[in-house]
Amino acid sequence: MLPLLTYVSTKLVQLSAVDFAIIVFYFALVLGIGFYLRGRANTAEDFFMAGREMTAWVAGLSFLSANLGALELMGWAGSAYQYGILATHWYWIGAIPAMLFLALVMMPFYYISKTHSVPGYLKLRFGEPSRALSAVSFAFMTVLMSGVNMFAMAKVMQIVLGWDINFSIWVSSLTVGVYVALGGLRSAIFNEVLQFFLIWAGALLIPILGLYEAGGWTNLKLQIAQRASDQYVHLWSTLGSFTTNPMGINWFGIVFGLGAVISMGYWTTDFLVVQRILSAKDIRSAEMAPIIGAGFKMFVPIIVILPGLLGLAVLPMKLTGESTAATMGLHSYNDVLPLMLARYCGPGLLGLGVTALIAGFMSGMAGNVSAFTTVWTYDIYRPLINSKGSDHHYVNMGRWTTVVGVLISIGTAYLVMQFASIMDYVQALFSFFIAPLFGTVVLGMLWKRATGPGGFWGLLLGTASSISMWAWVKVDPTALRYVALSPNAKALAQDMFQALWSFLVCVIVTVVVSLATRPKPDAELAGLVMGLTEIPSVGNLPFYEKPLFWAGVVAVIFVVLNIIFW
Amino acid sequence: MRDEGGVSIWFFIGISLLVNGILITGAGVWEVLHPPAHPTVMLFHLHANVWWGAILLVIGLIYCLQFAPGHKNS
Repeated sequence: MLPLLTYVSTKLVQLSAVDFAIIVFYFALVLGIGFYLRGRANTAEDFFMAGREMTAWVAGLSFLSANLGALELMGWAGSAYQYGILATHWYWIGAIPAMLFLALVMMPFYYISKTHSVPGYLKLRFGEPSRALSAVSFAFMTVLMSGVNMFAMAKVMQIVLGWDINFSIWVSSLTVGVYVALGGLRSAIFNEVLQFFLIWAGALLIPILGLYEAGGWTNLKLQIAQRASDQYVHLWSTLGSFTTNPMGINWFGIVFGLGAVISMGYWTTDFLVVQRILSAKDIRSAEMAPIIGAGFKMFVPIIVILPGLLGLAVLPMKLTGESTAATMGLHSYNDVLPLMLARYCGPGLLGLGVTALIAGFMSGMAGNVSAFTTVWTYDIYRPLINSKGSDHHYVNMGRWTTVVGVLISIGTAYLVMQFASIMDYVQALFSFFIAPLFGTVVLGMLWKRATGPGGFWGLLLGTASSISMWAWVKVDPTALRYVALSPNAKALAQDMFQALWSFLVCVIVTVVVSLATRPKPDAELAGLVMGLTEIPSVGNLPFYEKPLFWAGVVAVIFVVLNIIFW
Repeated sequence: MRDEGGVSIWFFIGISLLVNGILITGAGVWEVLHPPAHPTVMLFHLHANVWWGAILLVIGLIYCLQFAPGHKNS
């Protein structure tokens, strides 16, 4: 029997009756949407691809929302407190160029090929071995990541609200399981758009009131310079060397490791987010969706980074790392967002803020579960186990896989509860696949000479190189000077450079093996590779309705923002 | 995006904002009428829950009316 709402004395905030009413209403609404949409998920195309009828706005907001998890919100707010405005790079150069690249360069190939998934594209372009490698690793890591996030979220609910961990895990994950199993991807997408609005409604008040209290942006910068350092409020000017900024990284790692590889890998090949775009109703919507997502992504730092910076200026206590906070009984960096929430939000607003955190968690989990379900059914079960099932059979498989995926996630959450170090390993494991996968997919789309064996070995050895570098630094921490090119590099710099090297290994191996093996005939590559594919026109539209125009607008704002906060 | 013959996604969002707006504004007005002796939040005098709740309420109401089932824009 699950213990209900047991409280511990360490909770940060006290909810009132109206706060509980808002949270309960949220759960009722998302479940209601799932039940309402259950009749619209009868075919495989409906269940796994939402009927491919989403508008650009719905697909774009869902694309962004699937990434806007609660841990993302709290983690990066904590990073902003710890590292200052440098954390914004993960929202700007670490996202916007990749989203625009997805929209204008890669999306046409995903869309024209009518693939159901990223591993599905690899099957069409490189053959079954590449798909199997990608699908199995993705499915495995997705449910593990879902479980890790679930545990972390439950832990946050325990610290912030005093809720029992078992209660948080079971209620939130079963709710996600029910609405995704009932309505499939359409239900996940509907709820993600709802969650997007709730996240903004619940979190936007913190920077508004925070800036009021701090006396505006200029005064905030002065206060941060006094309490921490002037380095905390500059985006680029401190990145000349590893030692002149709080993050221990340099501009090369940010531009090439984060901007050119990690973010490209995540935003263009992680099926968790790409699946939302594949549900778009036509090619224009598929191209506009990431652009709309990028437009909103640029402003997410207002509700994530700004609260962290405000925390530096206005919170009376000093926040520390997790381990110090646990042993000394202090608050950690990751507590900054809940602390700011508690600082400004009274009855009602507190409930909305907590709902925003829960919504963030659930949108991220629904993204994981629906992506896992599709990859399992289309890329593992159908090609490797049962290729002769009916459409109805695969829909049922999708529903049951949703349930099983949720249960595996719950199991992982309990595993993490017993062995906390698993969390670090799983998060590291996930990053191993992203950079090499981007190398494989982008070469497949842009270079017709890339062959099946080239794609497979590039992906495999790129991933192996990433794992090797990680293990090397784990065994011998001084190896960081070689992996990240400096003895002064810190952990985040390792991630950037590890991704860059594994991407290069993947590309080099793919090129060498491809040149040594027989190329596919051009006719077999039509619709999959640039130069052999006729990209359909978005139609005879005025310039202001064309994706290229809006990508240009987003790019200009992106450049201006970077200059303003230089 | 509209479910065929059914309810627009924007209507669901309108419902959510409307109900939250009503609850938050209501809680805020109650606090104005019965102010606590020792407010637990900073900037209590701004009564953020009154005006923020009202903003959500108005936006939610507009969405509900604009995208109500049967409305021409839904």
